[in-house]
Amino acid sequence: MNEQKHTVIEIAVTDLLKKAEEYHTKGHRLVQIGCTPLGDRYEINYTFTTAWDFESLRITVHDGDEIPSISGTYWGAFIYENEIHDLFGLSVTDMNIDFQGHLIETRVPTPFKNPPKVTIVSKGGDAQ
Amino acid sequence: MSNQIVVPFGPQHPVLPEPIHLDLVLEDERVVEAVPTIGYVHRGLEKLVEKRDFKDYVLIAERICGICSFTHSVTYCNAIEHIMGIEVPPRAQFIRTIWMEYSRMHSHLLWLGLTADAMGFENLFMNAWRLREEILDDMEATTGGRVIQGSSKVGGIRLDIPDEKLGEMVDHLKSIRPLLEESNRIFTHDQTVRHRMRGLGVLSKEEAWDLGAVGPTARGSGCDMDVRSTGYSAYGELGFKPITFPHGDCLDRCLVRSEEVLAAVDLVERAVAKMPDGPIEEKVKGNPDGEYFAFSEQPRGECMHYVKANGKKNIVRHRVRTPTFTNIPPLVKMLAGIELADVPVVVLTIDPCIGCAER
Repeated sequence: MNEQKHTVIEIAVTDLLKKAEEYHTKGHRLVQIGCTPLGDRYEINYTFTTAWDFESLRITVHDGDEIPSISGTYWGAFIYENEIHDLFGLSVTDMNIDFQGHLIETRVPTPFKNPPKVTIVSKGGDAQ
Repeated sequence: MSNQIVVPFGPQHPVLPEPIHLDLVLEDERVVEAVPTIGYVHRGLEKLVEKRDFKDYVLIAERICGICSFTHSVTYCNAIEHIMGIEVPPRAQFIRTIWMEYSRMHSHLLWLGLTADAMGFENLFMNAWRLREEILDDMEATTGGRVIQGSSKVGGIRLDIPDEKLGEMVDHLKSIRPLLEESNRIFTHDQTVRHRMRGLGVLSKEEAWDLGAVGPTARGSGCDMDVRSTGYSAYGELGFKPITFPHGDCLDRCLVRSEEVLAAVDLVERAVAKMPDGPIEEKVKGNPDGEYFAFSEQPRGECMHYVKANGKKNIVRHRVRTPTFTNIPPLVKMLAGIELADVPVVVLTIDPCIGCAER
């Protein structure tokens, strides 16, 4: 079995731009940005590589958080950031090309967003 | 002083087999900006993973695309197999590799035909598609399906190819090789093709790397990038070398694909020559728990399947980064500065697969 080496590094959202610039300076290319909904939060992986040793920066955000765009460093990042905005409803700030929610035109808006918490209220009015 | 106008290109257009829309901002006949819109065929397949058993989901992963279908299913299986620590038997790895190379041949021949058609070169179009049928015949004979095979599964493959049939496949490829070489010679040397594509839609090596281009789009700009170099499946035992061209224009992206058809024939021949005996699948016990980023080289370029699982039969997240999706920013760059009449040819040279891009 051939392993493709992949390292995941968890960072704070505030460190994202600085880290992305470091990768760019070192000559890494941006492989992808991908979002994973996990109940009440989202993990976002930013994957970089120079050859075939992959590294992913991982940030954790919640609904309503603002994510800084790395499109100022990696021009092509706009495609992933608009995708995250359109499918998950997350807010990405300062994108170089902002489609305002019109890159991916789905019939149901933000179809991959975490479902809202449902509180069942009994007839008496007490939340369960 | 010229005025800017916006010309909509797509989602329905004679050169587009699938719907993508581009707003082309023009000054006279020259494109100054291209703004893409997708979403016409978004199916939410990644979401479906939360409702399906991870083993059954292989068949859905395969339906992400009607051309790179087999490679999608293998890449998904690779991710699950790595998470679960399943060692796929060598014979299954070799047969997977053979079917992946057949997928590459039929995908590239499809594209070469479409490109010839877009240039108005009807004979070349028909010739490429006739050759593609020869490849599809062998796919159908060994898997039962022309474009959707359903022959990969977690832990190996569903169907073996008897050694006798493997020999027949090699003989068949040898018989059509002169025709493939002739087709390759036309794409390389014909004046019509060269005149239409040389120097058009140029993407430099630095731009290709910086914008995240993959596959023939990157290799046509001189980037030595091909996931097969990592040796996944059986590629590590077949002596693989990426094919690159230096100019970064439409012709070089075309020549990468044309040469890769012949290289795929060589890889299949080497795989058959080295084919090991043994079982074709490993039994799968339990459910996956963990995460893995699996990469493969589809006909259109590097593809990534990210799988995150929590020990249950339903996967938490399946994220697919397809080559077309990452080739959209390079396409936007390529379109800026070209003539409106050249847009269809340039768009075609990234081999856009919108079904893949939208999943």
